[in-house]
Amino acid sequence: MLSAPPQRLLVIIPAWNEQETIPAVITELHDCVPDADVLVVNDGSTDHTSRVSWAMGARVLELPINLGVGGAMRAGYTYALRQGYDLAVQLDADGQHDPADVPRLIAAITTGGADVVIGARFAGVGAYAANGPRRWSMRFLSMVLSRVARTRLTDTTSGFKASNRRAIRLFAFNYPAEYLGDTVESLVIASRAGLTIRQVGVAMRPRAGGQPSHSPVKAAVFLLRAVLALLIALSRPTEPLPTEGIA
Amino acid sequence: MNAYATVVVVCVVLVLALIFLLRTHRIREKYAAIWILLTIAVLLIGVFPQLAYWLSSLAGVRTPSNLVFALAILVLLAVAIQLSVEVSNLEEETRTLAEEIALLRLDVYDAAHLGSAERTPHPPTTDDDA
Repeated sequence: MLSAPPQRLLVIIPAWNEQETIPAVITELHDCVPDADVLVVNDGSTDHTSRVSWAMGARVLELPINLGVGGAMRAGYTYALRQGYDLAVQLDADGQHDPADVPRLIAAITTGGADVVIGARFAGVGAYAANGPRRWSMRFLSMVLSRVARTRLTDTTSGFKASNRRAIRLFAFNYPAEYLGDTVESLVIASRAGLTIRQVGVAMRPRAGGQPSHSPVKAAVFLLRAVLALLIALSRPTEPLPTEGIA
Repeated sequence: MNAYATVVVVCVVLVLALIFLLRTHRIREKYAAIWILLTIAVLLIGVFPQLAYWLSSLAGVRTPSNLVFALAILVLLAVAIQLSVEVSNLEEETRTLAEEIALLRLDVYDAAHLGSAERTPHPPTTDDDA
């Protein structure tokens, strides 16, 4: 990082029943970004996600009920805001996102002047490929959101994101719990609030557990819900950036 | 007993039931009001059936009962939408409270362990069932 005063970094991991995969993710984070604090947001897990996370040296926010990624992340950003973190990185607990990419995302903020940085698949790095209707939906979302954000975005449904203080402040107040709200709509909110969005190509690793679905019916449902979510997000009135000092 | 009398009896029972629910705080006034108003409207039509004929001629509907049915469907739709809005509000409120509880739990944990550099082996997790 630069010679500027040290920036405090918080890595937020929303987790729902991820006791199998989360210890490895936390260990890798300690290796790749030793200065970062790790916050696991336990979204009402029924397994030992919390206990293994504490044991690995992470801090844990215990949500009493399952809120979905949107709720978990807003709690995470609120924590980052109140604890005075300068940077926050959101990362999946299933091991899909490589913690080794975190410094590159951070660099796009500290030296690249971005407010929000997306770790994007399909950006020339890695071999992740979706096909069929799901691919068209993702393309369509990328096309529209690239226009909204006035920058080229290839992966708008990525859950790998870095935010600076301004973006943390916005997301702490305004992180939708809607379907795709944690990815698509949050980008709409960020660009509407005047934040600069950039993307950095990352390689996606295969999930350590679970299989992504390839059913065409599910893909079609995804497309319809995604278009609906996008249209509604775009038609919502713009939320201004909250001022510093409220928490 | 003719049909109009039946309507009157049903309406009176409904109003009494609503008032009973209100008295025991099982329904809030803002939800009960619309039902009470509706029951009174139906009661008026039951007592003065000419009202339905007059209204339907005014609206250009040939059969008065059709007008009553159409109005009933509209009112029920409006109530269903109002309830959806209220449920969404409640969800947003529980979401905010759940987030706040999670943050407070961590604050409480930190306050309890202030000064001790070592982390305790028994953190405040929910899965301490072992």
